[in-house]
Amino acid sequence: MSAPSHTHAHPGAHPHGDHHGDASGHGTLKGYLTGFVLAVILTAIPFWLVMGDIFADSQTTALAIMALAVVQIVVHMVYFLHMNTKSEGGWTMLALIFTVVLVVITLSGSLWVMYHLNHNMMPVSAHDMREMP
Amino acid sequence: MSPLDQVVPTGAVRFHVEEEHEHSGGSTMLGFWIYLMSDCLIFAVLFACYGVLGRSYAAGPSGADLFDLPLVAVNTSMLLLSSITCGFAMLEMERNRRGATLAWLAVTALFGAAFVGLELYEFAHLIHEGAGPWRSAFLSSFFTLVGTHGLHVTVGIVWMVTMMVQVAQHGLIPDNKRRLMCLSLFWHFLDVIWIGVFTFVYLMGVLA
Repeated sequence: MSAPSHTHAHPGAHPHGDHHGDASGHGTLKGYLTGFVLAVILTAIPFWLVMGDIFADSQTTALAIMALAVVQIVVHMVYFLHMNTKSEGGWTMLALIFTVVLVVITLSGSLWVMYHLNHNMMPVSAHDMREMP
Repeated sequence: MSPLDQVVPTGAVRFHVEEEHEHSGGSTMLGFWIYLMSDCLIFAVLFACYGVLGRSYAAGPSGADLFDLPLVAVNTSMLLLSSITCGFAMLEMERNRRGATLAWLAVTALFGAAFVGLELYEFAHLIHEGAGPWRSAFLSSFFTLVGTHGLHVTVGIVWMVTMMVQVAQHGLIPDNKRRLMCLSLFWHFLDVIWIGVFTFVYLMGVLA
């Protein structure tokens, strides 16, 4: 509820009824172009790594493309979604952090639990699978 | 002692409440952001589902057999290009240029439609090869995750066409500007989700 304090800070700053998220909610041409160039580079590298078989070890490639994906998500958040700690009095950032925590718990928890569950199951061969109803 | 005596000293509080009414649309962006975060959780669950089931091929085809990376690369560039043109539309909207805003929105919608078209082509190709969602747990979770994203993009295109009609009829009034800001957030958010899809589903599927 940052509206009251904002109103006092800038009385009549938005005569057209614009909302107070406006100031930080817009990007600039330079910002969009920077984000786009970075996004293209960060998209091209993982495709190149996988399609060109650059690393002999697929584990290395997997780690590299995951790291690049995380960087690209941050680039999109900053340059396209205009994410910062100031917008809406910090509430969007708080919601984002909360969501990231939930996502990490959901993903790592599911993978961890289900991996062990699979690991402790009786092995099923490809032949058995074909015979299954 | 009447209750009024206690209210009077804190009368300044009333001023705050009245001021808040002027900004009735002020929390729209925060509310929409919270919707996007909850949408993000839907995708997190679908990603977790794919992460768990993505290697259960049921003696069927694997990602390495099925995925056509050049097609995915073209698809990804369609979505990236639509993201930047959506940004251009927002910049023109801020400069109150209706025609340019409409033009960039149309370009964005076309790139989005190209993305959905290529995805439908890919799905039709997979189903034609007998690799439909019924084939294995891997393909079920693949179609669910990628299909949900594609459905979001489709809804985004419908929303974009709706907004183009609105802007053409009523101009860039504050209400339409607010809606367009929400739409651009939605569109860029879908691009963020796609980063996860092409990395975890397609690229790592081909690696495995």
